[in-house]
Amino acid sequence: MAATVSSFISAINDSITSNKVFLTDLDGVIGDADHGINMTRGFNAAVLKVTEEDSDVGATLKKVGMTLISTVGGASGPLYGTAFMKAGGEAVGKTALDGETISKMWLAALEGIKARGKATLGEKTMIDAIEPAMEAFNKAMGEGATIEEGLDKAIEAAEVGIEYTKTIRATKGRASYLGDRSIGHQDPGATSFTIILKTITDHYKKEVLGV
Amino acid sequence: MKKIINNPDNVVDEMLKGIIAAHPSYVKRVEGFEVLVRANAPQPKVALVSGGGSGHEPSHGGFVGKGMLDGAVAGAVFTSPTPDQVYEAIKAVDGGKGVLLVVKNYTGDVMNFEMAAEMAAEEGITVEHVVVNDDVAVEDSTWTTGRRGIAGTVLIHKIAGAKAEAGGDLQEVKRVAEKVIANVKSMGMALTTCTVPAAGKPSFVLGDDEVEIGMGIHGEPGTHRETLRSANDTVDHLLGKVLEDLSLDKDDEVAVMVNGLGGTPIMELYVANLRVAEVLAEKGIRIAKTYVGNYMTSLDMAGFSVTVLKLDAELKDLLFAPADTPALVQN
Repeated sequence: MAATVSSFISAINDSITSNKVFLTDLDGVIGDADHGINMTRGFNAAVLKVTEEDSDVGATLKKVGMTLISTVGGASGPLYGTAFMKAGGEAVGKTALDGETISKMWLAALEGIKARGKATLGEKTMIDAIEPAMEAFNKAMGEGATIEEGLDKAIEAAEVGIEYTKTIRATKGRASYLGDRSIGHQDPGATSFTIILKTITDHYKKEVLGV
Repeated sequence: MKKIINNPDNVVDEMLKGIIAAHPSYVKRVEGFEVLVRANAPQPKVALVSGGGSGHEPSHGGFVGKGMLDGAVAGAVFTSPTPDQVYEAIKAVDGGKGVLLVVKNYTGDVMNFEMAAEMAAEEGITVEHVVVNDDVAVEDSTWTTGRRGIAGTVLIHKIAGAKAEAGGDLQEVKRVAEKVIANVKSMGMALTTCTVPAAGKPSFVLGDDEVEIGMGIHGEPGTHRETLRSANDTVDHLLGKVLEDLSLDKDDEVAVMVNGLGGTPIMELYVANLRVAEVLAEKGIRIAKTYVGNYMTSLDMAGFSVTVLKLDAELKDLLFAPADTPALVQN
């Protein structure tokens, strides 16, 4: 069985849209209460830009990245936009992905986010979910896991990452202004990444594996 | 939520159209974009572009005109505009002498404006940017994103805009903008929350007699909450923090801005301004110019901020230079 790139983007759009209020509320506590609204606007636009005809994974993800950059705004637009564009750059010409390509895409996305946001691990940002999730995926794949097993490990690590963001104070982004008052609250960006990762995993299991 | 809107999704577009309907001699739209530029743009001078999320009106479109901004980019409410929008503004106002971007220090704004500057540079347009960080409520340290840009931004528009209008080159205009940034400090407080139209509910909750000190201009929390005090006590606290950071001496000259956050009666702003004037007079600090009104708002939030700019001869001359914009006319 196969699933189109556009069906993955459509699935992400559905889950981001249904989490719009949740993400916005998380942001309201430590930020400026727009994360869910902005992400929803971006993926609603991205869905309209991709079609079933888009078979080149890399080119399609780049198109999604450009759309996010030009529609999301805030900090999430440049960061998620850069992530999709960098990930797409590792998959140009490919119509299917193997574990090794996924690892490369993940690393390129992470490095793009770090460079654009001038941020690193432990600053209460999306990186606190993305980086451990990538490492868990790579570790599992190195031990001979299947892609779905690797993704499940990644989700576990991302969720641990979200819990970790609750324990630290923000030093990047708008939440940093709160100082210690940011402790106890989870990072909205780490949360939206984890929602996207879960959606990709579920969609892969359902549409590609037929589970 | 009670608001005079038709549809939350159309607020920014309809506002921009409404501004143009009111001020066609000042501003026009870059078609297809959320960008206002001078009706007679481009001008053969260094161009200034500012912007940010919407909800801060009259910032930023209200300051497009002679002696201030050449272009203003309006993002979604409280959300930085995207790079393509900023890029279109840069292209529309560039008169061949380069473009200065005035960016408030928020993670999103800095990233989006930097990406736009990179895009414009690839097209051969000379672009510089300055980052405004006048809010003394938040710590400036390696442990934060740095201080936020708030109402002091308007004084950067005024003074750097005057320098550009007088024919200063890009580096001179940037230098003057940075001099203002180094000498302007602000701090605000909120009596009430604000409601983003698309969210439909208040961004945070304050108790009946509770206020947030150090409130930013997006409804993001400030430094702490306390029980409402008198206007004089509140001004003493805010102004005290501002002055701690400015190292003013007797006989120094300053400009003052007492800025409403959108839901504050002008009467209360003047009450606050009286105390600002008293405190500065007690210290022998001379006020060269005072602005009282809604310049950098936060939707329907009640509250205000106090801004003090330390002047020297150059900044004072430029501050007093004429400006003719929808929201600020100075002869």
